[in-house]
Amino acid sequence: MPNIQIQTPFTPEDARRLRSGDSCLISGVIYTARDAAHKRLCELLEKGEPLPIDLKDSIIYFVGPTPAKPGQAIGSAGPTTSYRMDAYSPLLIAQGLTGMIGKGKRNEEVVSAMREHGAVYFGAIGGCGALLSKCIKKAEVVAYEDLGAEAIRRLEVEDFPAIVVIDSAGGNLYQTGRAAYLAETRESGMNAI
Amino acid sequence: MREISAQQITEAVKRLCIHTNCHLSGDIKSRIAQCREQETWPQAKEILERIIENYQIADEQDQPVCQDTGAACVFLKIGQEVHVTGDITDAVNEGVRQGYSEGYLRKSVVRDPLRRVNTGDNTPAFIYYDLVPGDQIEITLAPKGFGSENMSQIKMLRPSDGLQGVKDFVLQAVEDAGPNPCPPIVVGVGIGGTFDKAAYLSKRALLRSVEERNADPFYAELEEELLSAINALGIGPQGFGGRTTALAVNIETLPTHIAGLPVAVNINCHVTRHKTEVL
Repeated sequence: MPNIQIQTPFTPEDARRLRSGDSCLISGVIYTARDAAHKRLCELLEKGEPLPIDLKDSIIYFVGPTPAKPGQAIGSAGPTTSYRMDAYSPLLIAQGLTGMIGKGKRNEEVVSAMREHGAVYFGAIGGCGALLSKCIKKAEVVAYEDLGAEAIRRLEVEDFPAIVVIDSAGGNLYQTGRAAYLAETRESGMNAI
Repeated sequence: MREISAQQITEAVKRLCIHTNCHLSGDIKSRIAQCREQETWPQAKEILERIIENYQIADEQDQPVCQDTGAACVFLKIGQEVHVTGDITDAVNEGVRQGYSEGYLRKSVVRDPLRRVNTGDNTPAFIYYDLVPGDQIEITLAPKGFGSENMSQIKMLRPSDGLQGVKDFVLQAVEDAGPNPCPPIVVGVGIGGTFDKAAYLSKRALLRSVEERNADPFYAELEEELLSAINALGIGPQGFGGRTTALAVNIETLPTHIAGLPVAVNINCHVTRHKTEVL
């Protein structure tokens, strides 16, 4: 499958061009955030206070890396399960967030915000933190250092591999990929166990 | 009485923390490689190739296979003829503290489940103590990631639900988990005992090699049958479709009450880690 090159900033127009199942290579700047950082960002939004990062045309990677060894930009850094961010993502998408990288299912509220504002949910391969870390060239903490692995980091990435799981029209690879496999195996009779 | 020092326990736990997180065991690796050969769906095959590449990098560079270096679950079998000089629980926690710090592993434990402040050193460990005959201490460390832990389930079935009820519950748990726990998964099943013992059994089941079946042919057959049924669901590696949804189903059982049939399903990801040292 040919790879689609994505360069940040990632606009809603860029997001709307992608379709679930597309294999992408992301380069540029992305931010890390997971449960605790999302909670803090949304608390700031509720209070009407400014955020420590600019979300417009940005991509958030749901990851809490291991500490970097001397000489490394970052330790192992694969995706964490995304549904834990479902309570927060719609608010951030409304602020201009256009891409999320994680793994696992998202709820209807997230998909609806993605449709409305133009955003994409990418999947990176879960459990491949050592491999994925090689695409991260630079990492620096930009907010919430007290959260340790959960701090917000600014990452410079090169050709970071991600598959579009849910696109801005609601197409969902978890449904279509599985259905296509099952249809194929039924046709060839391989499913007869 | 044979004496074993707290320091020896600390050193062993530290070694195990660093090793298990950076190096998958041979049974998991060969099962993943075997699944890649058998996988028919191109995208699934490609994902399994990336998974293999990942654990090879981790092996070569002593780097954690996954960034979730887990909650440190420790299973101790303590010989009755051993005298530990020092506090055994403190010794284990000190080993976790040193291992997670010196091994550049992620600290993923919060002190309180609701107030949620990170302890900063991945302690406390979650320790099981078993007293056994003999003069040795066997220490098994199994770092457990929570992407898969969160997808685990327990249910108190009725005895009348029987074998079919157990099969349905296990399959439903895997279906509910879908792509979330990083398939291909290892499925630990605990049947019998009490509410808490069933959960314990399901976790202990994950310590068994994926190549070793239950010693009881009845349960060995059930393991194979459930694995086939799970791999017919079509979830596939990462949930993008394919044959390889699970690497193995390991079942452990205990006697239970006349009124009960507890069943627990502890799901683990393809980064199933465990290693044992004997002192």
